[in-house]
Amino acid sequence: MTEAPFTIDQFYKYLARGKLMAGKCTHCGKIHLPPRPLCDRCFHQTFTWLEIAGTGKLVTYTVIHVAPEQFQEQAPYAVGIVELETGLRLPGMIRGTTQLSIGMTLTIDFTTCTAAQPWPQWPRYCFKPM
Amino acid sequence: LDGKPLVSIVTAGLSKFGKHEGLYARELFAEAVKEAFDRCPRLEPKRDIKAMFVGHMGEAYEHQGHTGAATADWAGLLNIPATRTEAACASSGAALRSGIYAVLSGLADIVMVGGVEKMTHRTTAEVTEYLAMASDYPFEQWHGITFPGLYGLMATAHMSEYGTTEAQMAEVAVKNHHHGTLNPKAHMQKGITVETALNSRPVATPLKLYDCSLITDGASCLILTKPELASKFTDQPVHITGTGQASDTIGLYERESLTSLQAAKLAAKTAYKMAQITPDDIDVAEVHDCFTIAEIIAYEDLGFCPTGKGGPLVETGETWLGGRLPVNTSGGLKAKGHPVGATGTAQAYEIYLQLTGQANKRQVQGAQVGLTHNVGGSGATATVHIYRSNQP
Repeated sequence: MTEAPFTIDQFYKYLARGKLMAGKCTHCGKIHLPPRPLCDRCFHQTFTWLEIAGTGKLVTYTVIHVAPEQFQEQAPYAVGIVELETGLRLPGMIRGTTQLSIGMTLTIDFTTCTAAQPWPQWPRYCFKPM
Repeated sequence: LDGKPLVSIVTAGLSKFGKHEGLYARELFAEAVKEAFDRCPRLEPKRDIKAMFVGHMGEAYEHQGHTGAATADWAGLLNIPATRTEAACASSGAALRSGIYAVLSGLADIVMVGGVEKMTHRTTAEVTEYLAMASDYPFEQWHGITFPGLYGLMATAHMSEYGTTEAQMAEVAVKNHHHGTLNPKAHMQKGITVETALNSRPVATPLKLYDCSLITDGASCLILTKPELASKFTDQPVHITGTGQASDTIGLYERESLTSLQAAKLAAKTAYKMAQITPDDIDVAEVHDCFTIAEIIAYEDLGFCPTGKGGPLVETGETWLGGRLPVNTSGGLKAKGHPVGATGTAQAYEIYLQLTGQANKRQVQGAQVGLTHNVGGSGATATVHIYRSNQP
């Protein structure tokens, strides 16, 4: 069986199935989250999929009050950057709490994942407290 | 290169910054061009100008792309090669850099560089969306992260790491609004207090309304030539002695540091080395204060103070007009305004005025060396240029 393509689209397809997946370069071992078609360390182009645990610590955050049209109904909303246990980082909305602090433990939540809908009903993940 | 002039600015122009109802970007650009021509009577535009690079960020504002040709057309400069450069808010920093490439290559000995943006006819929500196009679409825009949001993320991190305060950020706004009152072309010409800034409504915490630059219409341009040709056009050229440009990850989340911009540090290092100077040699600087935290980070990235000390630096008053190193004497993006595509060469325009002694009420006495720092997006592009007055 050939591997699914190492694309951003495929990354979100996995998310919709409740899996946080990264691409691992078969040559130098670098893990790319999101996956890339060309390893930015060694320029090789072959990868394997690696499932990443979706728990980590909040590195920084902001509460957005002035939003683009597509997100105005949700404003104000919190977004942050989460450092996962592997050291990889992902940005995303933070739901389920207004008590934000750097270093707090958050976990990825896939429950908002549905079949493709028009933007901005994506993202198909967010972060929540444990 | 060794500190020698790379190119020389022989003239410059700037439209009034503000709300220009009923004007198109190309018409605003023509206003800046008119000033540049008026300042330089020895220049014969149709004969002399051989190429043009114009920074312009977004075709969404006016449903108009192809800005190189459109601005060349309205500037009366057909049929020269005219190219739009796009690097988000560093679009005209990139135009300036492209003009330097063109002159140094020998392909064009006299070049117009500039930039333009027409924004105020759009709603805040629309502008927020269009600006966000310079960020990572599937990982930032999809998650509702805006430009103030990205700088809000950096501000939270900077406050946590270095103890930077909201009052220090407010101080940047107060300083730049004060400078804006001295610049008749600034969008905002009203001073503010720290209290006004601190009590303004939240945009993306900890950033509030007065931490944010303005949605503005405006245009700017410069005319560059080889240093040996400059005296043909003016007795007061300003020389560019250093240029640096660098890129970084499109997504903020992939950066090693959330409290400094690696692209800006790299661009500065290159430019300082080329100009053979250190940060201590700078007399006046225009830095990219799209948000107040961005000016604090710029102080650190440019070596105006040690890492983490940008907040305390603004409190010393050293970066105010009259201080050791005045920063954003034009009012900056904060008070002069931030028509994104125009900003990079508008910064250069201010340095041109300062180094030719034409900055009137905001003149930095005896200024001989200047710097501009222009950042695209959350720091995925940065350009730094160093300027020197003509020393006969």
